[in-house]
Parts: sequence; structure tokens; C-alpha cells
Amino acid sequence: MIEILTKYFATFADGFLITLESSIIALIGSLVLGTLFAVLQLVPNKFVNRLAQAYVEIFRNIPLLVITLFFFAFVAPLVTHLGIAMDGFTAGTIGLTLYTSSFIAEVIRASINAIPKGQMEAGRTNGMTWWQTMRLIILPQAFKMSIPSLGNQFINLVKNSSVLAFVAGMDLMYQANNIAQSTFDSMGTYMVVALFYLVITLPLSYGMKYIEYRSNRGGNA
Amino acid sequence: MEKAKKKRFGIILTLLSMIFFFGSIALLAVFSANSQDTTDTLERVKNSHRMVWGVKADTKLFGLMNTKTGQIEGFDVDIAKAVTQQIADDLNITIDPVFTQVTSSTRIQLLKNGNIDAFAATATITPEREKIIDFSNSYFDAGQSLLVKKGSDIKSVADLNKKGKTVLGVVGSNSVVNIKKYAPKAKVLGLSDYAQAMTALRAGQGDALTTDNGILYGMATENKGYVVVGGTFTTEPYGLAFDNNQGPIVRAANKALKEITASGKYNKIVKKWFDGVPGINWEDLKR
Repeated sequence: MIEILTKYFATFADGFLITLESSIIALIGSLVLGTLFAVLQLVPNKFVNRLAQAYVEIFRNIPLLVITLFFFAFVAPLVTHLGIAMDGFTAGTIGLTLYTSSFIAEVIRASINAIPKGQMEAGRTNGMTWWQTMRLIILPQAFKMSIPSLGNQFINLVKNSSVLAFVAGMDLMYQANNIAQSTFDSMGTYMVVALFYLVITLPLSYGMKYIEYRSNRGGNA
Repeated sequence: MEKAKKKRFGIILTLLSMIFFFGSIALLAVFSANSQDTTDTLERVKNSHRMVWGVKADTKLFGLMNTKTGQIEGFDVDIAKAVTQQIADDLNITIDPVFTQVTSSTRIQLLKNGNIDAFAATATITPEREKIIDFSNSYFDAGQSLLVKKGSDIKSVADLNKKGKTVLGVVGSNSVVNIKKYAPKAKVLGLSDYAQAMTALRAGQGDALTTDNGILYGMATENKGYVVVGGTFTTEPYGLAFDNNQGPIVRAANKALKEITASGKYNKIVKKWFDGVPGINWEDLKR
């Protein structure tokens, strides 16, 4: 295991950075998209609600691998005509973002629903619009409430980024497969990989706990 | 009082389950370490009268699942059968060959765990791999080549050695390691298996697919519009693989390989699988 780590450290480091990059992009992207689709499921417009629900149900109920392969094998040749090169990294990160955003949408929607109805009514009677109330009163409270579940989703996201390996996205898992296959020492390699994943997920895990602690100090919720 | 009791019960239960969990892991580790040192594969095969082979089931010509019969068929399978038969004859006992499906990523672990006694799965003999497992002498000499779309501007490996060219292969395979030497300027992508790599080639994710010629010819017969170009640029000796430090069975297999070559059985198997495959002259493969 030590031998594998020292001999292939540069390769692992490359993969680690790709995993980190993909995770950060997907984390931001899925948080934005997830919040958007959570709100769209609740706006006072039935048609928009249905569309947003369809989005969530489609991406929540299809395996991540299938979504990724769809972009890698089907969408990629279509967009090459437009001059866009979609490689494994792009396809994987898009898949990861869409997949995770559907779960985040559900988490945030549940939190919004848990905010007492009176809050929205109070905002509206004070002359604020629906969007204003949502943005300034409901969402800040909902976010606070959803921090623990969001932490779960983010950790899952980092681990799910190993889907990039399937489409040659050059991530940590891809490099690990490469090393394991050419040295035939799978045990040692995957143990090293586990450590590298922990380097990302443990700080993330404690970071989310810290944010939770900080936000609770302010009282309520 | 009731509550405190419950709490204590909970703590004890948690502790017990943790001890059980870690204990079983430790036991397992000790047990597996022991079993790896002591079993001699040849002894095991002799005693059980069966030899479990890992073979590929997704590689045309070498090991492919026949969906009608559910049997795995191919060159690797027939060589394994012949070698098993020969070992049995040499020892004057009966040994039944049994076939299990493996992939490039599972074959080592299955061998190490003792689920299979050996594998014949298009594995190239390399010094790096020899550290982990034992190989027999080569039973087939493949060579690396390229599969491209008909009409592609890639005619040989030299055409790939340019910036902006992408080569597809199977992750960790020896051909992916090799192509980096022959076309250092090209980008190399390793997919999880040959079917995936072919999908990627069709999707335009790469300019060429590289692996051993035998496998590529098999793919070209199944995918119209794709051709093998450029001849071979490496030699890939395939070996039968056994667990590390299994001298007796490796010697037995080498002896058996020699004998089936001498008796002409080897050439019969070569003819069966490679006669009539476009691009291969089976006579060249005779030994």
C-alpha cells in the first residue's frame, strides 16, 4: 500500500484534483438548480409546478450512471456539430449536477413546506410579493433547516463523482482502476483511494456540522 | 429508573455489536492470510477433481457467452480445456474443467480469494504483474493494433502521435500502457470494458480504439463500418495465470502446453477459432 502510494503519488494527485474540481462544480451547480426547482415546485402556477416535478422525478429515479452515459454516448456526438467537445469529465459533471440537484430540490422543498404558513401570509399582508417573501423570509429559514440533509447530499455527491471513472473522466477512481489493473494490486490501490476520498469528505462533513452549529447559535429553527 | 436501565442496555448492545463487528473482521483477515499461504493449487485440483478457470465472457474469439446455450466459448476456453485434460492425463486422474466469467477488474481478486484456480482471460505477461501472480509460458502471441472508422485519416499508430488525437482503450490494459509509448502526444482514454470502448468510439469520443489485434478483428466483424488498420506494433504474449508461488501447477501447465503443441491439438484449436477471420491468417499463428 505504501509502495503504491509513493510510486503513483503524482497520478493519484492528478485524479484527486479532478475529483475535487468536478465535486465543487457539481456542488455549486446542484445547489443552485436544486433551490430553483424546489421553488418552482411551489410557485402559484400549476403548469410550472408540474414541469419542475417532472424534472425532479426524472433525474431522481434514473441511475446516475445512465444519466452520465446518456450525455457521454448520445448527447456528445450531437453537440460536436455545434463545436462543443463533451468529454468524460464534462458528461460526468453534468450528470452529477443534475442527479444531485433533484435530491437537493426535494430536501429544500420539504424544508420550505415545514415553515409555518403564517410566515408567507404575514409577508403578503405586509405588501411583499410572493417572490420577495420567498427570497427574504422563507428561503433563509428553509436553508437553515436543511443544512444537515444538505451535508448528506454533498458527501454523497463527492463519492458519486466516481461515476467519472466510467466515462474516462480522469478522476481519482479512474486513476485507481488504471493503477490497480496494471499492477494487479487492487487491495493496496483501493485502500489508498479510500484515504484520498476521506481527505475530501471528512472536512466537508465537519464543515457542515460547524455551519449547523453556527447557524443554530442565532436562536430559533 | 426504567429509562436509565434502557440507556445502559443500549450502551451494552452497541459495545457488543462493535466488538462482534471488529472481531469478525480481524478473524477474517487472519483466516484469509492463512489460507493464502497454505493452499497449493495443484493439490486442491487433484483432491477436488475439478479445475475452476476464470475466462472472459465479453470478448469475441477468446471468451464470449453464447446466449443460446449459456456456455462461454472461445479460444481461451478451448486452450483451458485442453490444458486441464493434459494435466489430468499426466497425473492419471480425471479433472473436470469448470468455467467462471471474469472481467479484467475481477480476475485478480477471484484468483487471490481462491474462487478460481487459474484464469485464461487475454492477460498479457508483464514483469509488473509477475510480482503479484504466476504466469505460465505464453499460449498465444497477440499484437496491438488499431480499430478506426472506415475512411478515417488514421492509417497507422504514427498518425495518432499528434496533439488533439484521442485513443480509446480499456482501463489498465497493457495496450493502454503501450500506446503512451508509441503515441506520446495523443490523449489516451481508458473505458471500463470493450463494449464501453466501442460505444465511445461510435460516439466520436476518440479517433481510434486500441487493443490486441485478435480482439479488434472480433469487434470489426460485429461492427460494420469499422476496420483494423496499421498492422501490429507490439507483441503481447498471453499467459495462463495462477496465484503467486504456485510452482507445481505452473510447471504442470507449461508441460501440458508443450504437449498439446507437440500433439497438434494446439493448431487444431487455432484453426477452429481463427480460420476465416478477416485480416488474420491462421497459418501464421500455428506453433
